[in-house]
Amino acid sequence: MKVAIIKYNAGNIFSVDYALRRLGVEPVITADAEELTGADKVIFPGVGEAATTMDYLRRTGLDQLIKDLKQPVLGICLGMQLMCGHSEEGDVDCLGIFQTDVKRFHPQQHEDKVPHMGWNTLTETRGDLFKGFDKEEFVYFVHSFYVPVNECTAAQTQYIHPFSAAIQKDNFYATQFHPEKSGKTGERILTNFLNL
Amino acid sequence: MLAKRIIPCLDIKDGQTVKGTNFVNLRQAGDPVELGKAYSEQGADELVYLDITASHEGRKTFTELVKRIAAEISIPFTVGGGIYELQDVDRLLNAGADKVSINSAAIRNPQLVDDIARHFGSQVCVVAIDARQTEKGWKCYLNGGRVETDRYLMEWAREVNDRGAGEILFTSMDHDGVKTGYANQALAELSDLLSIPVIASGGAGKKEHFRDAFLEGKADAALAASVFHFGEIPIPELKHYLCNEGINVRL
Repeated sequence: MKVAIIKYNAGNIFSVDYALRRLGVEPVITADAEELTGADKVIFPGVGEAATTMDYLRRTGLDQLIKDLKQPVLGICLGMQLMCGHSEEGDVDCLGIFQTDVKRFHPQQHEDKVPHMGWNTLTETRGDLFKGFDKEEFVYFVHSFYVPVNECTAAQTQYIHPFSAAIQKDNFYATQFHPEKSGKTGERILTNFLNL
Repeated sequence: MLAKRIIPCLDIKDGQTVKGTNFVNLRQAGDPVELGKAYSEQGADELVYLDITASHEGRKTFTELVKRIAAEISIPFTVGGGIYELQDVDRLLNAGADKVSINSAAIRNPQLVDDIARHFGSQVCVVAIDARQTEKGWKCYLNGGRVETDRYLMEWAREVNDRGAGEILFTSMDHDGVKTGYANQALAELSDLLSIPVIASGGAGKKEHFRDAFLEGKADAALAASVFHFGEIPIPELKHYLCNEGINVRL
């Protein structure tokens, strides 16, 4: 199986690479159009800032390329947010694969710290990524912006209010949390994606 | 609900794990990668690796170690020690670390906190503070507790919070290594003062101490070393205990 990780100006894509290697997959990290469109699975990771990253994707033509991908694509964290319509982070239009906007967390009380960082539970899971999930599992989050619950929501998490921990539409899958940093639970989710 | 975190801390010297009592008298405690993997499998929520080697050669060894940790461990980890400038942060993040912890360098050059937050994001920047109680309040120390500063815990923590730190790792030097519990009063004060998570460090000797750090100290995470390294408190047992005490932990 050929798995490609999209290479762009984002931080820490190594952890996704390492996580896949632990599962016995040797991914390629690439920005090459041919390699990306020819891969069986594509992962769109991301740690960074939305506006500068979108600017980079547009300049390199990766924006259209990602939208046109036909194989299963997994967006992670910022990758997920960039797949949405618009982000409040840098007030920027994103890829628009999901017709929903990305919003900033607003604390309601002193205990609501932003970024939402640490282990939190997945509820209302549905779809292929969460096959075999029969109880609430903990996964690792680090983010200050969130995707509201919408018709594409595939898992929810409660922090300040419920938000989309995962979304899915057609061949596009995305998680707000980091499966590559979520221990055994994360490995199950990555394995489910690789088995699509 | 967001879980309270349990964080084993591994002090690394020349590629090996060590743990001091009151910052001196180092004892050996195993291979860092193997130990980290074992903790991850037992249910540790994060790991902290502190490089206490000062030499240039040792720093290279540590960077290689960070790569091995990233390759083998599937939970987040923070690295600290020997970080003086953005270039050091870049090197360690590129090796696969999720966060960096800065201590002396931040006090000497507070702008470093702003710079890390701006370049890599606040979530990457953990500011560690070693402090000791004095008549005038909690005083900050540098270089593993060897050098006294003119900064005080509360005002310094507030400043780095405002400069963009993502978390505070507060070690009470009075409590560290003596196993009589965390500095809960100071922790609670910090937690009320700050808008970022506080990690309690120094003083864990039994399971009740962790409970108290979360309930009385209002800590978001509790860090410990020797009670884990020497098997005095197994992590699964600790987490079940905390769960029974009504604390939300990842099981």
